[in-house]
Amino acid sequence: MNETTRRPHGIVVDHLSKSFGSVAAVRDVSLTIETGEIVALLGPNGAGKTTTIDMILGLSRPDKGTVTLFGTTPANAVLAGHVGGMLQTGSPPQYLNVRELITMVASLYPHPLDVDHVLEMTGTAEIATRSTTKLSGGQTQRVRFAVALVADPDLLVLDEPTAAIDVEGRRDFWNIMRSVVAGGKTVIFATHYLEEADAYADRIVLMARGRVVADGPPTEIKAKVGGRVIRATLSEVSAEELMTIEGVAKAERQGEGITLSCSDSATSDRVLRELLTRYPAARDFEVHGVGLEEAFLVLTADNEDSAVSGTDDANPELDGPGFER
Amino acid sequence: MNFTYLKFEILRTLRNRRFLVFSLIFPLVLFFAIAGPNKMVIVEGIHFPLYYMTAMASWGSMTATLSSGARIAAERQIGWTRQLKITPLSTRNYFAAKIVCGYMMALFTVLALGVAGTILGVHLSGPEWLKLVALLLVGLIPFVVIGILLGHLMKVDSLGPALGGVTSLFALLGGSFGPIFQSGFMLKVVKDIPSYWLVQASQSVLSPSGWPPAQSWIVIGVWTVVMSRLAVIVYRRDSNRVS
Repeated sequence: MNETTRRPHGIVVDHLSKSFGSVAAVRDVSLTIETGEIVALLGPNGAGKTTTIDMILGLSRPDKGTVTLFGTTPANAVLAGHVGGMLQTGSPPQYLNVRELITMVASLYPHPLDVDHVLEMTGTAEIATRSTTKLSGGQTQRVRFAVALVADPDLLVLDEPTAAIDVEGRRDFWNIMRSVVAGGKTVIFATHYLEEADAYADRIVLMARGRVVADGPPTEIKAKVGGRVIRATLSEVSAEELMTIEGVAKAERQGEGITLSCSDSATSDRVLRELLTRYPAARDFEVHGVGLEEAFLVLTADNEDSAVSGTDDANPELDGPGFER
Repeated sequence: MNFTYLKFEILRTLRNRRFLVFSLIFPLVLFFAIAGPNKMVIVEGIHFPLYYMTAMASWGSMTATLSSGARIAAERQIGWTRQLKITPLSTRNYFAAKIVCGYMMALFTVLALGVAGTILGVHLSGPEWLKLVALLLVGLIPFVVIGILLGHLMKVDSLGPALGGVTSLFALLGGSFGPIFQSGFMLKVVKDIPSYWLVQASQSVLSPSGWPPAQSWIVIGVWTVVMSRLAVIVYRRDSNRVS
């Protein structure tokens, strides 16, 4: 079989929904991911990232909708060894050392990578003879990555791979990850760090409350969620006039107060300086990041509005307590 | 079957010292401590060392098969079973490896007690030995299934006590520590428990027919079927739950 017949369609997620009791974890999510794309699922806790990933991997059955991996079902793709995954939970089992564990996992796949090569690549060669229960957080994470990688999968799914490690370990992890998946693998990873999604993905799928609220290249998503907001008190200047300051994406006025939105902190600094120069009467400055959470709320609110006015089903549990799973 | 996978599962089993102690060392020590001073006593028509050898082999091998399946609980808790579900390893082979490991340990226990019995003067012919070992291995089938059932029912915290309780109960009622009911209603009750027939394996071998009674096969069969049904139900429930 050649490469193109083996992986003809990439990954197709079609109108996927999943509820747990009265909580709708994933609502009508559709995605098409081309072979070779590196996609970040970005969202706060409870956004539905893990539930979506579980359905992509065939670990959980959708209430509605389908998932197709390379033209077949998740179960078949897993069985054929096309899929490697690093789940959010999944400590290595005890009574094995690192090399034994990777060798054991490799034996389950039809075309695994060489175990020594994988140990080398993932930076676990020096701990190869160490027991799986005697590893630091960062080491465990690398071992789990080796478990996912040894399959030499076409699709690599990483569910918050850096959740349990410190900043430095996180950087190491992504450097390793970037160097090993250079060869055309499709990668889906979940994260709640915008910086990670921005630095390592070709495309960001932004999720909140079980829905996809934005989907596009990192620059586009960053503009939506990475922005800064300047608030100040300033009368007698119209919003239109404020829009003429270079870098202001949106200007609003509420009574005496003005609100200026900028795409990032460098821009907001420039705008602030310009604002002071132009209007010395301006006072009560306040600059803050939009932040993911807030951006999600804004984006989700828009989404819910359109859902209410649109054709979507009513969602009585919309404002129910906790979207955490 | 994937032999590399099986090899590492066996390695993991052998490295689990607690497992070795409870399924192998304990029964051996008890056997020598209790059967040693009572070599000439006759129990249920046979010499005590033979009775007790079979009883201890039943107890140890029961522990081995039950706890092999029950170890699934630990792998579920740390999320390893979910990780395995996204590999090509089938559920059937995952269970098969657990069963092979349990049986391997059970066989060690049975053979070790056979040697211990010989030391204390147990004398059986070659075919009798073979038949005894075979009967024990067949009688263990329900315990393999109960182990897998417990592995999906229990959390790791409650697993130790549950396993200890279940094993002790089966061992006690089955007569592993000596026959507890000689007659009457309770004897009828314990005859419906599979561990009773494990302990009776040596009597069966030495009985005039040389085979266990029909009731024993029925009891083992019914327990296997019922426990398998339960295990399947619990397994399905567990698979559908997202932890």
